[in-house]
Amino acid sequence: MTPELFQAMAQSIIDGDSEAAEQLARQAIEAGIDPLEAINKGFVLGVNHVGNEFSCGNAFLPELVMAGEAMKAAVSTLEPEMARRGTARQVLGVVVLGTIQGDIHDIGKTLVGTMLSAAGFQVYDLGVDVPVETLVAKAREVDADIIGVSALLTTTMVRQRDVVEALDDLGLRPRVKVMVGGAPVTSEWVAEIEADGYSEDAIGAVAVAKKLVAMGKSHSSEVLHDAPN
Amino acid sequence: MTRPIKSITDPKLSLGILTPEEVQRLHQATLEVIESVGVRFPSKRALETWAAHGATVDWETSIVKAPAALIEAALKKAPPKYTLAARDPAQDLPLDGNHVHLGTDGCGVEVIDLYTGERRRSGLKDVGEIARVADYLEEVAFHWVAVSAQDRPPHTRGLHEIKAIWDNSTKHVQTESIYSEAEAHAAIEMAASIVGGREALRQRPVLSIMQCTAPPLGHDGGSLEAALVGAEAGVPVGFMTMAACLTTGPATLAGNLVVGNAEVITGTALIQLACPGAPVFYAAAQSASDLRTGAYTGGGPEDYLFGAATNVLSDFYDIPLSMGSFATGAKQPNWQAGVDNSLSTFMASIVMSDMLLGVGFLHGSRIWSYAEMLMDCEIYSLIRQMMQGIVVDDETLALEAIRLVGPGGNFLTQKHTRRHMRELFVPQFMDRRPYNEWQEKRDGAADWATAKARQILETHQPDPLDPRLSAELQRIIDVAEKA
Repeated sequence: MTPELFQAMAQSIIDGDSEAAEQLARQAIEAGIDPLEAINKGFVLGVNHVGNEFSCGNAFLPELVMAGEAMKAAVSTLEPEMARRGTARQVLGVVVLGTIQGDIHDIGKTLVGTMLSAAGFQVYDLGVDVPVETLVAKAREVDADIIGVSALLTTTMVRQRDVVEALDDLGLRPRVKVMVGGAPVTSEWVAEIEADGYSEDAIGAVAVAKKLVAMGKSHSSEVLHDAPN
Repeated sequence: MTRPIKSITDPKLSLGILTPEEVQRLHQATLEVIESVGVRFPSKRALETWAAHGATVDWETSIVKAPAALIEAALKKAPPKYTLAARDPAQDLPLDGNHVHLGTDGCGVEVIDLYTGERRRSGLKDVGEIARVADYLEEVAFHWVAVSAQDRPPHTRGLHEIKAIWDNSTKHVQTESIYSEAEAHAAIEMAASIVGGREALRQRPVLSIMQCTAPPLGHDGGSLEAALVGAEAGVPVGFMTMAACLTTGPATLAGNLVVGNAEVITGTALIQLACPGAPVFYAAAQSASDLRTGAYTGGGPEDYLFGAATNVLSDFYDIPLSMGSFATGAKQPNWQAGVDNSLSTFMASIVMSDMLLGVGFLHGSRIWSYAEMLMDCEIYSLIRQMMQGIVVDDETLALEAIRLVGPGGNFLTQKHTRRHMRELFVPQFMDRRPYNEWQEKRDGAADWATAKARQILETHQPDPLDPRLSAELQRIIDVAEKA
C-alpha cells in the first residue's frame, strides 16, 4: 500500500493539486508514516519530476508554481507531526523577501518566494512597501541567510542600496547576502551597490540563492548572476 | 527647423476584431468584476471620492466595489475628443478618432551610447538628447519620457525629465514618470508657466499625464493622486493597464481584457467623479507573459491582438486611446524586433488608436537604442502608407498611360509616372542594393540608422525655450527639491 501512497503523493505535486497533496499528507500521518519519509520518498519526487520537465521544455511556469504551492500545502500539513516527533525538514536556507518601501509591485517577488520555498528554502515574505529597517530586523530575528528585495521603479530601486548599507552598518554582511530584482535592475546596478546576487526571473533566482547559500561564510565578493558570464 | 508631423489620418483599411455583442459581453463582465470583486485604490483621497458617490469602500483593504450605474454614468461625462497642445501650435495633436499619433516609448533605464555603442545607465542628458532627435523626426508626434534621469533625485526626477524635453523640443509632452501628488503639482506649475497661466493650460494642455495601473485589479496610490492633480488642472490624464496573461491577468485573452478594462475604467471613472468633464484617455499595453520565465513579452500574437482589441473598447467608452505597440523584447535591432514592432504597430494603427507608444526600445522597454528608434519610425511610415490603401479612380487606373505604352515597352518615361512616382514608398533603411555592393560594405539598417541619428543630434536645432521660461522651470524644480 505504501509505494502506491508515495506515488500518489508525487502525482499530486505533478498535478499541482494542493487539496490532494494535503489529503495525502494527512493520510500519511494517520498511517504512521514518518513525515520526512513522506516528503523524501513521495512529494519531493513530484517536485523533481516537474522541475525536470520544465528544464527540457515540456512543462511551463504555471505548472512549476502550482507544484510549488502543492508542495507547500503538503509540508505545512506534515509540520505539526514533524514537530511532535522532534524532526525537521532540512532547509536549504532562510530567506527574507520584500518589495521595497514606496513600491507596491509584487508579482515577481511573490513568484520568487514560491519558487524558493518549493526548492526547500524557508521563506519569510514581508509583502510590499517594506521599509529597510523592517527587512533587516526580520533577517536578524530569523537568522536569515539572504534578504531578497525587489523594486519596479527607478525611484524606489535606489533604496536597494540602503538594504546593503544597513546590513554593512550592523556588520551583518557577508553573513547575510542580499539579492535584488525588478525590471530596472541591471548587473551594473548590482555591482555598484555591492549586492551579492540578482536574477531577471524566478527560476534564475533559485539558482542564485542556492549558490549564495553554498558560498555560505566563504566571504567571496563575487556577484552571482543567473546566466553564465 | 522642425518639420510637419506625419500622423496617420483618413485610413482606407479597416479590421473587424470584436463584434458589438462581444464588446457588450466584455463590458458586462467588467462591470460585474468591479461590482462584486472590486478594485484596489490605496489613496485616502480616491477612497473618499468613491465613498461620497455611493460606492462600497473597504477602508482596511482599500478595495472599492462600485455599482454598474455609477461607473457608466461617470464615464459618460468624459469628453470624446480634445487636442493635445504643443509648445508650437502647428504641432498640436487632435485626438478625434481620425488620427494616429506616434510617440517615443518610455521609461527605460539604459541607453546604447550613440557614439561608443556601449550600454550604460540613463541620465538627464539622454532625456534631452532623445527629445532633440524626436523633435526632428516627422514621424514622432509627441514625447514620453524615454529614459529615466537616474542622475537626479528620485523625488523630483520626473520634473527634471519634462524640463529637459521642453528645453529640446516644441512637441507635446506626455509624462509617464510622475508618481506623486507633490511632483504633479510642480509639473502643472511648469506646464502653466509655459502657456501663460492655469487658465491657458486648460485651453492648451502642453502636458498630459499617463499613469500605470497595478494589475490585477489595483492602482498605485501616488499615481492616483498625481492623476487627480492633473485632472483638476484640466490636463489630460490616462490610466494604462499592462495586465499580462498568466501572471497579472487570466491566461485567456478575453479574461485579460476584462481585468485590464476594470482597472482602466475605474481609474477613469474616479477622475470623472472628482472632476466631471476632465479630458481623459484609455491606455493599455497588454501582453502575454512568457510561459517559461513569466516575463512580460511585449510581443507575440496575443500582444498584437490586444493592440487592435483595446481600441474597440476605448471607442465603446468614447474616449481616446494611448496604445502600447512596438516594445519588442529583442536584445538587438534584429528580426524579432522587426516582427514584433511591425505587427503590433500595424494592429494598433489599423483600428486608429489615437496615440501609439512608442519608438526606440530594446529588451521590453528597458534599453534605449537610437538605431531602433529610427528603424521603428520606418516601420511606422510603412504602415502609414499601407493605411492609405489602394485608390481606384480614373487617374489611378492609368488607362491613358497603358494605351501609350502598349504591350512591351515600359512606363518610366510616361507623364503619368512622373505625376505619381513620388507616391511610392522610398525606404531609408531597407537594403535594396545590388548584392555585390552589400558584399563589399557589409553594412545595413542599424548602421545607417545610427549614422542618421548622429547627424540629427549634431545638426538639429529645435526652437529653443525662452531662456527666462527655462529658468522659471528650473526655479520650480529647485523649490520642489527643497520641499
